[in-house]
Amino acid sequence: MRPKTNMIHVQNLTKNYGDRRAVDGISFSIQEGEIVGILGPNGAGKTTTIRILTCYMPASSGAASIGGYDVFTDSMAVRRIVGYLPESTPLDMQSRVREYLVFRGKIRGLDRAARDAAIKRVTELCWLGDFIDRPINQLSKGMKQRVGLADALLHDPKVLILDEPTIGLDPTQIRETRNLIQELAKRHTVLLSSHILPEVEATCQRTIIIAGGKIVASGSPAELKERIRGGSRLIAEVAGPDAEVKKALGGVTGVTGVNVHSDNGWHRFTLDTQRGEDPREHIFKVVKDKGWSLRELRLEVGSLEEFFVQITAQQMQEQRAARKEARP
Amino acid sequence: MTRNVMALTQRELAATFYSPVAYVVAAVFLVATGYIFMEKTLQPGAEASVRFMLQSMAWVLIFAVPLLTMRSLSDEYASGTIEALMTAPVTDIEVVLGKFLGVLIFYVALLITTLLHVVLMMRYCVMDLGVLFYGYLGMLLLGALYVSVGLFASSLTRYQLVAALIGAGVLGVFTLLVDSLAGWYGGTWRNALGYVNVLYRFEDFAKGLFDTKAIVFFLSGTAFFLFLTVKILESRRWR
Repeated sequence: MRPKTNMIHVQNLTKNYGDRRAVDGISFSIQEGEIVGILGPNGAGKTTTIRILTCYMPASSGAASIGGYDVFTDSMAVRRIVGYLPESTPLDMQSRVREYLVFRGKIRGLDRAARDAAIKRVTELCWLGDFIDRPINQLSKGMKQRVGLADALLHDPKVLILDEPTIGLDPTQIRETRNLIQELAKRHTVLLSSHILPEVEATCQRTIIIAGGKIVASGSPAELKERIRGGSRLIAEVAGPDAEVKKALGGVTGVTGVNVHSDNGWHRFTLDTQRGEDPREHIFKVVKDKGWSLRELRLEVGSLEEFFVQITAQQMQEQRAARKEARP
Repeated sequence: MTRNVMALTQRELAATFYSPVAYVVAAVFLVATGYIFMEKTLQPGAEASVRFMLQSMAWVLIFAVPLLTMRSLSDEYASGTIEALMTAPVTDIEVVLGKFLGVLIFYVALLITTLLHVVLMMRYCVMDLGVLFYGYLGMLLLGALYVSVGLFASSLTRYQLVAALIGAGVLGVFTLLVDSLAGWYGGTWRNALGYVNVLYRFEDFAKGLFDTKAIVFFLSGTAFFLFLTVKILESRRWR
């Protein structure tokens, strides 16, 4: 296998719309063959970042390159190796699907033979067969999304950039699109954005979480989960003298706090644990040695969802505070 | 470059032909010019030339052409297709040229249908073919200028109606307004205003005169408005 190279490189990218700063000094790199998701609430700066990468608008400061070409100075070279599906899937409503793809093939410099082959390929890949000759304005949202994706794939681009590829689709279509994206990731470097976490969790190897125009966290789903382990809790249901059990459980290494909730002779203990510790085995031993009964012992790992809500809410609060300060 | 422009021209032409607006505009234009032709030219004793017909067409087109061009860029903005277009490997110049040629071809098709009037006239009189040729050459140059102004107006806004009004407004300034202003002021002002008066420039063609000054005027005017359109398109990226 070839050594992995940086396919997308973003350095200190900033974009201002008038007074408002939409993207605030973000930096990241994506290697060839990776599939990366940008996750963030609405208005976090996802679309702006993507629009800068796809040469739709220039950044206010900072630099970005794709495949070694600068998006500002080498815009045409970047456009040739990027396939882009904009957020709202804009298509020429007056054309038929095939007609549209022919046009898109032409402006990508494909000659007739290459175009025909490309259209045949994407028709199969995106299941356009049933409606390839229908007018685009008669298609459902899901079909349009597939046409948009087919367009993005027409020139077999090295990099595929998808802005909210499953927004507005029904659950079946979402699953189909996810499978397709994962299929595509075998041949292309994929960058997609979403404001829905399970979406990114299901398809991407790596997630970049942005809020308020800044990167607040990034890593693989497992790494992100690891980061939030600190807040994980242990649930143990034990039958025995509650004060004694509480003392015993509190003495186990790794346990930092004990809460008890009694119910009909059973005591439900909620234990706070140290980051990265899993003291379940020790707890079982303690309970067994004392001769108490144990009917539940469970480690509650905080979900990525919780983490996402937590950091984005935090970011929003900070922004609100900053705005208050700014006001005279 | 050429291939991209051709692909864009073809798309623009198809979009114009698919749009009901183009047909309504074409119908109204043909009815209006046909009526003027019947009333003024196809009469016993009237001048056997297309001069009056072409001059009145130049008037009607002040309002007709902006209606043909208003869709061009405004609709791309409104529907968001501009994003797909401007992230494809085409330059802003190619986009503007392609759109310009697309509408211009539709305009030429419209112009060709008015040759029916000429055929009708030829049954009744002997026509000077040289005058006819220069007249229609003038119409082509005039149309190119009008289309470039309309395209410029369309690049300014996402609302088609606003684009049409701006287009007709700009054309109105360089035709009707400068004409009435020249009537008020005398001397140097009159000459200067006459110089930028599109209809005044067009008169030579309608008379069948070959005037390089007028040709340069129309071509440079067209180039100027196309250049402005490219600049507007570029500047939108920086917002």
